[in-house]
Order: sequence, then C-alpha cells, then structure tokens
Amino acid sequence: MAVSETASKGETILEVENLVKHFPIRQGILFKKKIGDVKAVDGVSFELRKGETLGIVGESGCGKSTVAKLLMRLETPTAGRAKLHGRDIYKMGGSELRRLRRNVQMVMQDPYTSLNPRMTVGDIIGEPYEIHTDVAPKGDRQRRVQELLELVGLNPEHINRYPHQFSGGQRQRIGIARALALRPEVIVCDEPVSALDVSIQAQVINLLEKLQDEFGLSYIFIAHDLSVVRHISDRVGVMYLGKIVEIGTEDEIYSRPTHPYTQALLSAVPVPDPEARAHREVIRLEGDVPSPANPPSGCRFRTRCWKAQERCVTEEPLLILRPAADNHLSACHFAEQRHVVA
Amino acid sequence: MTGPQTDFPAARASTPRLLEVDDLYVEFHTRDGIAKVINGVSYHLDPGETLAVLGESGSGKSVTAQTIMGILDIPPGKVTGGRILYQDRDLLKMSKEERRQIRGQEIAMIFQDALSALNPVFTVGNQISETLRKRKGLSKSDATRRAVELMDLVKIPGARARIKDYPHQFSGGMRQRVMIAMALALDPKVLIADEPTTALDVTVQAQIMDLLADLRRDLNMGMILITHDLGVVADVADRIAVMYAGRIVEHADVHALYKKPAHPYTEGLLDSIPRLDSKGAELATIKGLPPNLMKPPTGCAFNPRCKYAKDICVTDVPPLLQLGDGRTSACHFAKELLDGRL
Amino acid sequence: MSDFETAAASELHSATPGLQGEPGAPGQPQTMESATKVRSAAADAWRELRRNALFWIALAIVLVILVMACWPSLFTSADPNSCSLNNQMAGPSAGAPFGYDFQGCNVWAHAVYGTRNSLLIGAGAAILAGVLAMVIGMIAGFFGGWIDAVVSRIVDIVLAIPLLLGAIVLMKRIPSDSQSLRLTALIGILGVLGWTTAARVVRSSVITAKQQDYVSAARMLGAGNGRIMWRHIMPNVLAPFLVIITIALGAFIASEATLSFLGVGLKPPSISWGSDIATARVHMREKITPLAVPSVFLALTVLAFIMLGDAIREAFDPKLR
Repeated sequence: MAVSETASKGETILEVENLVKHFPIRQGILFKKKIGDVKAVDGVSFELRKGETLGIVGESGCGKSTVAKLLMRLETPTAGRAKLHGRDIYKMGGSELRRLRRNVQMVMQDPYTSLNPRMTVGDIIGEPYEIHTDVAPKGDRQRRVQELLELVGLNPEHINRYPHQFSGGQRQRIGIARALALRPEVIVCDEPVSALDVSIQAQVINLLEKLQDEFGLSYIFIAHDLSVVRHISDRVGVMYLGKIVEIGTEDEIYSRPTHPYTQALLSAVPVPDPEARAHREVIRLEGDVPSPANPPSGCRFRTRCWKAQERCVTEEPLLILRPAADNHLSACHFAEQRHVVA
Repeated sequence: MTGPQTDFPAARASTPRLLEVDDLYVEFHTRDGIAKVINGVSYHLDPGETLAVLGESGSGKSVTAQTIMGILDIPPGKVTGGRILYQDRDLLKMSKEERRQIRGQEIAMIFQDALSALNPVFTVGNQISETLRKRKGLSKSDATRRAVELMDLVKIPGARARIKDYPHQFSGGMRQRVMIAMALALDPKVLIADEPTTALDVTVQAQIMDLLADLRRDLNMGMILITHDLGVVADVADRIAVMYAGRIVEHADVHALYKKPAHPYTEGLLDSIPRLDSKGAELATIKGLPPNLMKPPTGCAFNPRCKYAKDICVTDVPPLLQLGDGRTSACHFAKELLDGRL
Repeated sequence: MSDFETAAASELHSATPGLQGEPGAPGQPQTMESATKVRSAAADAWRELRRNALFWIALAIVLVILVMACWPSLFTSADPNSCSLNNQMAGPSAGAPFGYDFQGCNVWAHAVYGTRNSLLIGAGAAILAGVLAMVIGMIAGFFGGWIDAVVSRIVDIVLAIPLLLGAIVLMKRIPSDSQSLRLTALIGILGVLGWTTAARVVRSSVITAKQQDYVSAARMLGAGNGRIMWRHIMPNVLAPFLVIITIALGAFIASEATLSFLGVGLKPPSISWGSDIATARVHMREKITPLAVPSVFLALTVLAFIMLGDAIREAFDPKLR
C-alpha cells in the first residue's frame, strides 16, 4: 500500500498498513445483538521516519484519536498492520510487548485527567521505572525523575507535589516527562496543546521541538488546529470519516492542497489578520459530517463536495499520486491545486 | 495628552451608549482567600457593532459577561464597585424583577456548551416557544410559528420538521444554532457570545461565525464576543478589548491592534501563535504563568512576564493611557512600544 | 476529584491554577516555600470534616458506644444477668438509674451489656458485606463484559430479596439452643443479604475510574491489571465504599434489633437491645424505661453511624462544597 517516497529524512521506523477499526453497535441487555458498525478508522496507511513529525489533522469523528489508540495498542484493530522496525506490533506479546511499551509512548490531550490526582509527581513520573524495573535501579530512580523534571522545565524540588498544585501547562510538562522516562523512539501526541491557553501553547510546542532535537524523537502529532500542525510537522495527513484523503509534506498540503476537503478545511481557519478578511478565498461547507456508522458510498466527502459527480458516488477514489498534485498522495478523482492560504 | 476625540472610557458622548461597563470590580470569596477577578473594567458597546473581549482562562472575560447578565454566582462572587449602564440605566441598581426583564428581552447570551444550555427532556420547539409564550404572551400556535421562523433565521434546514426533535438529535453545530435561535426569541439588542465556537470543528465554526455576523448586521444588534482565539477576533470584530488579570490592558480598533499592539501582553500573544501561511521559526513565548489572583504582583500585573519590565512596572500600577482614536493601553511604555522605541 | 466543573463556576475553576498559588514558572525565581501548602484530596476532606459539628457529635457517640462494647463494666458495676424477681419493676436506685424491668433485671446494666452484641453483629455483618461487595464489585466493574452481566443479574436477584424477610426465613432454621451459633448465623445472613448496594457502588466507581486517562496512561506504560487495580482504581473506590459501609453498619444494627424483637434473632439469656425492647413492649403501659433505654441506645447508635457516613461523603464530594 504505502508508496515509498524517495526524499526521506531518515529510515522508516513505523509503517502503518491499511489499518481498520470498526466498533460494533450493539443492542439488548444480556444478549447483545450486533446491529451495525461504526467505521471509526477504515483503511489508513502511512509511514513515519526517524526524527520526523507526522501531523494528522481532521475534525472530530474523523478517527484520528482512534488511530492514536490503535498505535498505543489500547484498542485492537479489526484489520491491518502497524510495523515498528518491521515487526507487526499487534502480533507482539511478552517481552517484545514490553519493549514496544518502552519504544512508543503517548502524550494525552487533557492534562487534568491524564495524571492520577492521588499520586505525587515523583510517583507519576517514576511509575514507568516501577513497571520496567530493569531500566533503572531502585536507588537511581529519584535522581532520574528529577532529571526529567528539569528537562521539561519544572523545578526538580517539586517532586513531592500533587498534580492539582500545578497549572495546565505544567501538568502537560509532567505528562511529557512521564512519556520520556523510558526513552522512547516514537511519541504519539494526541491534541497535546488544545487544552492549553494561547500563551502556554507556544511554550509546550517549543518544548516538544527541543526534545525532538535532543533525543531524535519521531512524533505523530494529532490535532485539529491546522496552524499548530503546520508549525510542528514535516509531513501532514488529512483525515475525513476514517480515511486519509491527502498526505504530503507540510508545504504540499498547506500551499498546494489538491483535495477539496483539505481546501475547505484550510479556508475555514480564521487567520489572525483583519486585513485578510476582504481578499481571502472563502469555501464554506454545507451541512455536517455524515455518521461514520453509515458513510456515503464511493467518495466519503461527496455529500459536501462542490465538485461531486456521478463517478464519486460509484467509485471510491484511492489515495494515490495524482498528476495535478506534483508529488503527493490525494484521494480525489478531480484533484487539482488550489491556493487557499493567503 | 490625549487626542481631540477621546470617546473611551471617561468622556461620554451625548447620546446614551447601548451598553457601558464602567469601572467594574468583582471579587471571589473562597475559603483560601479573596481573589480579585475584575479590577476596574470599562468598555462600551454601540448598536450594530462587534466588540471582542479577548483573554485567557482566569482573565475575567467571562465573569464580566456574567455580571452584565446577572448570572454571576453570589457568593462566592461579589460586585464591589462600578456601574453597568444599559441605555443609561444602571443594571446593578435594579431590582431582581427588572433585571429579569432585561435578561433575554434586551441582553441575551449564548454559551460554549449548547448541550448543557438546552433541556434534554423537551423538544427544541417547545423550549423556544415556551419563552415566547411566557415572556411575550403569544398564543400557542403563534409561538410555534415564530419558533419555526427563528429556526429558519438561524438556517436550520427543515425547521418545520425539526422543531419536534430533542436537543440530542442535533449535531454540535445545529445545537449551537438552536441556542442562538432561543437567544434571539425576544429580539434582544445586545447579544453576548461566550466562546460560542470553541467546542466546534473549524468548518462548523466558520458557519456559526458567518451566521452571527449576518444576524448582527440584519438585526442591528450589538455583539460582545468573548473568546481566546485571535483568529476568530480578526475575522469578525470591529473593536477589541484584551483582558489580563481582571483588567483591560489594551483596547483598540481591530485593524490598529493587529497592525501594531500597544501592550506587551498583546504583542506576546500575537507573536506566540503559529501561522497558517508559513511553517515559521521557533515560536516566541510569553514566559511564566498567569498571576495568582489572590496575590497579584505589585504594580503592573503583567510585569513578571513582561520582557520590557522596568522598575516603575513593579512599583506603579499603570494608568490607562489614551493613544487617540479611542485606543487605550495599560502600559507605562505604550507610546514607546507603538513607536518601536522599546 | 477536582474534575467536576459546573458551567457557571467554570471561569472560577479555570482561574484556580492561579488562585491556588502557583509554583513559579520555569526559568523564574522560585519562591515555593512561601507559596503553597501541600494538600491532597484526603487532606482537603479532613479540612472539611474538621469544621462539621455533626461529624464530631457522631464520632463522639460512636467512640462511647465502642468503649461500652469493649469494657461494659466501666459504665455499670451491676451484673446484667443477676435478675431477681424481688426487684420486679422496682424504681431507680443506686447502680440502677433507670430501675428494674418485669424480670427484675437492671435496665441500665442490660442496655450497657447489650451494646457488645449489637455492635458485634453490626460490625461483623458490615465487614462480611464489605469484603463481598469489594471483591465482586471490583471484578464486575474492572473486567466488564459477560462477567459484569452475570454479576449484575445476581446483584439484582439478591437485591429483590427483602433483607428482613429473608433473614426471618433463614434464622427460623437455626437451632435456638446455641447462642454463639445464632450470633454467627445472624452476621452471616445479614452480610450475605446486605452486600449488594455496596457492590453496585464499588462497581460504578470502578467503571468511572477505569475510563480515566491516567488509567490508559498506565496501561500504555505496560502496567498489568493488578497494578492498575491497586494503584489507580482502588484509591478512587475507597471513599465511596467506606461511606456506604458505615451507613450499612447502622442499618445492620437496626436489623439485628428488629430480628431479635421479632424473636428470630438473639434470644435470652443473650442480651441485645432488640430482645430487650421485645420483652419490655408487653409492659410498656406499666413502666416506660425498660423500653425507652435500649430504644434510645439503638436510635443513637444507628443515627451516629449514618451521620458519620454522610459527613464523610460530603467531605469527599467536591460537588457539595
């Protein structure tokens, strides 16, 4: 599936192939009958290279958070594979699974619910060492936790404090420290700054970039804020109703988008420049996203697309290289470049 | 020291303002002490214009709106000074009954979370027409007819049929439209929108912001838009008031403010947001955290985070400097900042 | 615990990071020593409890009752079993402040010595019900699926059996000659019939806790079920669990009294408030104290436990603050 592109920054470490996750809809009390499927993720493929950031954008319900859960093995996929260094993570067990846990970590969206309120910061960041006892000898753990606190810009003396004594941005730093404890190669960031205030967002984004440089981390950065994603990502995938509709480098997606949905999404972002009001191109989508339990046939975007034709109803557009899109993948029969960002 | 035309906030024009907040002070009495949440806020609103109140969490932007609406929780809240004039009548001196009359009929409010603002056990038609029957004394059939008109006005497709639906049957964007329809039921002259699109996706946010702009123009309402999103403000606002630690630190025409901020906090905010039109270099940040409102810093509340802070900023509370064209800034060095001499 | 936000208070809430006294930001000079006191959820609850007068009253009553159960001789020098018909219905005298009952027993001494059995049965049944509820509720809530479905139906069935009716039927089958057997049976029956409400509370607390992001975070670090249950879920279950068990303890004491009153609980010569009330009832027209004293003991004890449970619940529930 995955088309290999020649311009690579580093070696590919994670390959996701045709990942599918359907959640059954059941009815009944004791004997539950399956009455349908929510097709949260429906055939997603991409690859992640060492040291790069892959941004995934899309609106709520597009399946981007389910992709994160699948990559973390919090959910098992209905079909498809995700290979870390060539080994399928869904076939791992025992010691190999433990190694996976050390290699792939996550930073979650909500800094208020992702830290156990009854544990001290030291216990929270130290928990990875308690689970993976071979990483750090017992006597060494406190020092390591303090190093991590310092690394993410917190005072190491605050090791005995509780999460509620910190602000949202500081709690997110604690979450980042916990994810770093086992020195992973890949960190999945699921909306890591969307719960934070504007002035704090930039601090956390800069921290993530600093850590990436320092440790050669690869990020999968999932967010709905397109500006944030452009800033931090090397490549970007756009999701709609469980599928990637367009994927390419940050410049290809933002400056030369070819899929109508990408174009509409970019055009809807309010730009902090009142002078742009007059001469910005406006594409307004009609209606709402259809239910993922019953997605449209053919192209899933066709119900809201101004270009839709008969072909879009019958034939599903594949995510392939299109002539109009110079060097990136687009899932539109009528892909063509359109400049929407001022 | 001020230009010939200073209409804000002290000098009063001969015609009464639609709404004017004058030197408002609000405190919260908690068991940990007294938090000074609003410290001398003044702003005004004229018919047909949009004033954006921009601030981060804890800046007091929502508390001001709640005080105007008379829905502030007292206790812990307590208004300790100032006036809120609606067409030259002080809301804070009115009886409960008078304020109830103002609420809805003169000033209406919409919230971020439409789902919790609507009653889940009644149909939306029922909820809209109930207000009309109770407050306007319409007959049942008239009220229903008006409810359909209102839902048409906010562009809910198939309003006549959807009037019998319950809130949970609407998507997030449609629910927001229902709430707007309810707010408009009594033809208010002021609409306060408190983070109306924060919970929505960008494409839906664009639809709702378009709708609000259309309604404001068609109905000649004054709109107060409370938000943290600099992009949304640039798209729709005429004037902008930036709040920090319970004070308006800068107030200006939206074009002037984005062109050249006159307060270091505004400048910091504008510099710290990633851009959609370029990847950009490392983000500038505002160092530190919002102040503890129990123990605000001496002098200027922003001084511990300000990159220009001097001795006077720690000792003296900056006055509101008039910068001409109704522009004000609560910075000792506003003029130097504007002239690029800092 | 602080995740509960009401819409109206959200602005205040979102301001709380500032309100609570921030530790300084990175790169800023830290003045932490003066800034904040360390406060956990338990410490918060304790602060709240300390101000609650009802809590102190309930605690005092419970402590007195506890001492009375352990060392009844501290409260009376009389022997409750040395009853003499010479004293039948006699008035108050030294060592018998409330006089004597129809059998010529010291009313005060009888009530004091009855405390032990009442409390023993109440506490025994509460512990048994608590263990059952904790284990079953934890398993059902944590593993979910068909295990949960089966356990929930069992809970429904047991819940459908009225506690007293079930206990009456079962206690009828226990031989009445061995009082220690009857006591054990009472504990067993009350416990086995009375665990369901607590199990439901445990189950729903587990389900709430299980969905928390920090549980997912622990799972992603590779934590096993045991660790997740013990470190991350148990602490969230404990507070509501203790509350409901404290209240249940009061209810069990009342149930024992009812059963003994109906003649299917403890029987003389075992002393209990319930059987005292039953025997005194016949003669309440002639003399009220043999009925009133154990009734007041019973009412106060049950009330104290329920008040204690309520006070703790309020203290732990941030929504009520």
